[in-house]
Amino acid sequence: MIAELGHAALWLCAALAALQLFGGALAQRGAQAADVAALVRPAAMAQALLAGFAFCCLLWVFAITDLSVKLVATNSHSLKPMIFKLSGSWGNHEGSMLLWVAVMAMAGGLIALVEKRLPEKTMQATLAAQGFVALGFYAFLLLSSNPFERLPVPAAEGQGLNPLLQDIGLAFHPPTLYFGYVGLSVAFSFAVGALVTRQVTPDFARAMRPWVLAAWVFLTLGITAGSYWAYYELGWGGYWFWDPVENASLLPWLAATALLHSASVLAARDALRTWTIMLGVVAFSMSMLGTFLVRSGLLTSVHAFAVDPERGTFILILLALYIGGALLLFALRAGHVREGERFQLTSREGALVFNNVMLSVILGVVLLGTMYPLLTEAFDVRVSVGPPYFNPFGAVFAIPMFLVMMVGPMLRWRRDSARRIQRPVLIIAVLVFVAAVLALILGDMSILALLGFAMAAGLAVASFMPLRGRKLARVPIATWGMVLAHFGIAVSLFGMASESAFTTERLAAVEQGGSVDVGGWTVTLAGVDPVAGPNWTAMEARLVAQRGESDPIIMTPQSRNFWAPQMQTTESALATRLDGQLYAVLGNQADDGRWQVRLWWKPFVTFIWYGGLLIALGGVLAIIGRVLEDLKRRSVRARADERRADRREQGYA
Amino acid sequence: MAFRVILASALCLVSLIIQPIGPAASPANAQDSLPPAPYAYQQLDNPAQEQAAMELMHSLRCLTCQSQSIADSDAPLAGDMRHQVRTRILAGEEPEVIRAWLVERYGDYVSYDPQISASTWPLFAVPLVLLLLAGIILFKRLGRRESQEHSDPGS
Repeated sequence: MIAELGHAALWLCAALAALQLFGGALAQRGAQAADVAALVRPAAMAQALLAGFAFCCLLWVFAITDLSVKLVATNSHSLKPMIFKLSGSWGNHEGSMLLWVAVMAMAGGLIALVEKRLPEKTMQATLAAQGFVALGFYAFLLLSSNPFERLPVPAAEGQGLNPLLQDIGLAFHPPTLYFGYVGLSVAFSFAVGALVTRQVTPDFARAMRPWVLAAWVFLTLGITAGSYWAYYELGWGGYWFWDPVENASLLPWLAATALLHSASVLAARDALRTWTIMLGVVAFSMSMLGTFLVRSGLLTSVHAFAVDPERGTFILILLALYIGGALLLFALRAGHVREGERFQLTSREGALVFNNVMLSVILGVVLLGTMYPLLTEAFDVRVSVGPPYFNPFGAVFAIPMFLVMMVGPMLRWRRDSARRIQRPVLIIAVLVFVAAVLALILGDMSILALLGFAMAAGLAVASFMPLRGRKLARVPIATWGMVLAHFGIAVSLFGMASESAFTTERLAAVEQGGSVDVGGWTVTLAGVDPVAGPNWTAMEARLVAQRGESDPIIMTPQSRNFWAPQMQTTESALATRLDGQLYAVLGNQADDGRWQVRLWWKPFVTFIWYGGLLIALGGVLAIIGRVLEDLKRRSVRARADERRADRREQGYA
Repeated sequence: MAFRVILASALCLVSLIIQPIGPAASPANAQDSLPPAPYAYQQLDNPAQEQAAMELMHSLRCLTCQSQSIADSDAPLAGDMRHQVRTRILAGEEPEVIRAWLVERYGDYVSYDPQISASTWPLFAVPLVLLLLAGIILFKRLGRRESQEHSDPGS
């Protein structure tokens, strides 16, 4: 019954999305459609409620393990812990699509409820765009991947969930990315609304900005968490492999980064109008690529689950419709957008434009490297594109970007002179140089690691420069956000450079009581014992790790066997210190009874993810700052209106 | 149409890749019964040689895995390839010579470091074009604005 209710709610949602689309479109025609147009906002709110309800229905059937629902039978198991039963509802294709569209509907309902700054027509066009995007998802869910489909005969037991996915980090990793993608689709809807009604104004940028920022925060968190997950769960000690699925989350992040900076320029200075709109279109296209390419199974990697070709074709048609439609609209309408305010090369806008272009080029390179192997495969030519390609080609554009990023925030809007900021620039330049020389002396490292250290040093100091000479208590919250986020980039870069330059690895076959040295640690194999969990058995090693004279610690890496479905995984063990991480993996037992042990000492590797968290925190501060500013502006405006009304009354009196 | 072809081949790949997971799921002894490849899980004594081998192994694809290098994979084939790489490095071969040998054996697909060739030139040409394009955009947007700013400060 619950499943049928959810299914019915989805159909209603689709109808409401259609109403939103046509109501919003008719509203552009003029006053005679006012009746329909007035329905657009309520339709968006109702759709939000119903889509939320449908998702709750799905959660419910998973919570009670209703094995007559096909999705539950194929993806869940009555013995699974409750948290993984629930996360299993979105850990599969159909459920994740439902989560996506439910979050999107709720975002639409929220803007319909609170966004009052923009002209009504622009809002209606925005919600129409939302309806259009949502309609595609509903069609996809209802026609080719119904999450509520029943089995003719209920299954006796579920087929379980991929044990690799039975991990708390991964349970929340995909939804985090999805929230990011949804945020970008909202930004896109705003861009369409502004483009259709030719209202590309600072108000539009202000309305869009919190959504871009929120999307960016979620994407940052999602990428950071995903990278850490890959690092400790896959057991190969790496944190980023330029895997197509990883790239699918990086591409929207790059676009969102560019978009949020460009939207800031539009909001503050009424410049970069078409550029902001274009980035909105690109960011949305990238998030659709991220959502659908992964889902279609086109990108094969640990993340991708096999999907039947019918569904894949559906996905590709949707993708073409969305991206093609967005680009077409942009091509048709962009010419009508008036040029924004002008600025000089040496100005904050100038620096932002430069870095926006750099980000876009990096995006182009990553997109090319990700899609090219798929393209050539169509002609039976198989090539692989990996880190040796992405790292140098990315760096060529990233290094100038980091350099400009050090200086940009110190510049004034519109026009500035290089001489005014001579001194801080000199300090930073000396720092970069000294860091590079130090890195050169310290160790034999790759050129990229060396540049990484130099950039990290310069950026770490430069990110705080905008605060100099200001009363700290009076610095706006959003500025703190920028400072923190930029500093986070420096922290991450430092971690990456250090990981690349100073990691030591030991691979050894150890007998019981034998020990291995790695990066200042002595690791002794105390024993290997069988252990069991709720749905797995494992061999667990007890490793005694000691650094210098400090107290020894026990590490317990496992080699696990799950039985539903059958699968072997390695569970690495980590010991985190301020200056790095000791990473241990247990391999197989050799014929002579010795155990394979793989150990890494990775100095400062954790900084990579601390940096990611700082960046996200910076984004959160920026959202808080901007929203507070908006609220203040709103109340000031309200008070001014009141006063005006008072005066008018007095005048009449 | 082209998309269908991609899709079909991608799905073939999926099925190819899924198959090896089956046997791997039965406990780990598949590997131990293989003929010994000592350098699959054993480092070279000379750290410089080991580092060269490691760098090379990180840029070679494990052909039976999903997006993993042979350095990161526990698949038997990856172990054999690691053994090959380490043995050859130990014999004094240059890493790029080993890569070329592997590419000759397994095709371009095995190397994550695409070399410029008839099938890969766009990978290198497009970034160049992007660089040019970026230069032009920056020049037009920033250069022009500046000159206008000078001639027409009132705008």
